[in-house]
Amino acid sequence: MSNRPNFGEEPHPARNKNASLNREVPPLERCYVRSVPTDARPTPRIRDGVRAALPLVLGPLLFGLSFGVLAEAAGMSTAAAVVMSATTFAGSAQFAAASVLDDGGTVVAAVVSAVLLNARYVGQSIAAASIFPGSRPRRFVESQLIVDESWALSGRSGRFEWPILVGAGLLLYVLWVSSTAIGSVVGSALGDPSDLGLDAAFAALFLALAKPYLREHKAVAAALVAAAITLVLIPIAPAGVPLVVASAACLLGLRR
Amino acid sequence: MNDVWIVVLVVGAFTMVFKAAGPVFLGRRKLPAKAQSIVDLVAPVMLTALVVTQTVGSDEEIVLDARIPGVAAAAIAIWRGAPIVVAMFVAALVTALVRLGA
Repeated sequence: MSNRPNFGEEPHPARNKNASLNREVPPLERCYVRSVPTDARPTPRIRDGVRAALPLVLGPLLFGLSFGVLAEAAGMSTAAAVVMSATTFAGSAQFAAASVLDDGGTVVAAVVSAVLLNARYVGQSIAAASIFPGSRPRRFVESQLIVDESWALSGRSGRFEWPILVGAGLLLYVLWVSSTAIGSVVGSALGDPSDLGLDAAFAALFLALAKPYLREHKAVAAALVAAAITLVLIPIAPAGVPLVVASAACLLGLRR
Repeated sequence: MNDVWIVVLVVGAFTMVFKAAGPVFLGRRKLPAKAQSIVDLVAPVMLTALVVTQTVGSDEEIVLDARIPGVAAAAIAIWRGAPIVVAMFVAALVTALVRLGA
């Protein structure tokens, strides 16, 4: 795809050297130059990230709608539900907070459960830290596009890629916020996304994305330890804690 | 300010700081080799833990339901080299069919 000539397309900033090459060499030689594969692993573009997230759109769409419905039932105004989706942008934590409120739980219980669920993002953002370019404010804004799916997709080639994270993150963000608004306004006329098996589809997504990492013995060992910790903790610890404690399995990296 | 808005704003603020932690405070600085070898395992570890919580987790208990055959079918597809979309579709289809039959 990237070896295809990109006539009339805006050159990507990361490919400046190719862009200047295209302008300077005469047409015939350009064809020759283009036909030689210069880069075995081309730099992806933001639109590649959008494309990578396309197969996932049904999930955020339906879960966003149902978050809106739940939020409305929990006494959240449409504005509050939309602000939560725009700032927290993480399904599980939002569902947790809204269902605590819906069950008549306290503010503290709702906050603690959601914050625990999202604590895993500290590890994810540290793992992807080096791919964010530019100034500190810019990195702050773009890092908000980290969500399990965009983060996992951006590491699909074995190293994290900024255009994939931003492209996938943007698509998921727009879908999530807008479907929350629709769900909150339209109300509970909608079915349960679980009827479509979408909960299992996300497990399959994470499994598929884990596969390339599981070639090394050390990674397999760490993954098995993490799975064991998660299984043991799910029934005895508050939601979110198993994911955070499981990340202790990363300490296996210290072993030779 | 009512309770709902306190929850929305506090959770939002925490999450934004969590997500920004690496890119803003660490940036492109290179981690020491030991720390890097720990961080290298974040992806396989976190993805595996997410597979477990998504497959058998449900509000602080382990629930064995239609998700298991769905994810198992997807695992076979992934192992045989199926693309991500196909794996997700297989998981959803098998899970939905089992739920329909139950």
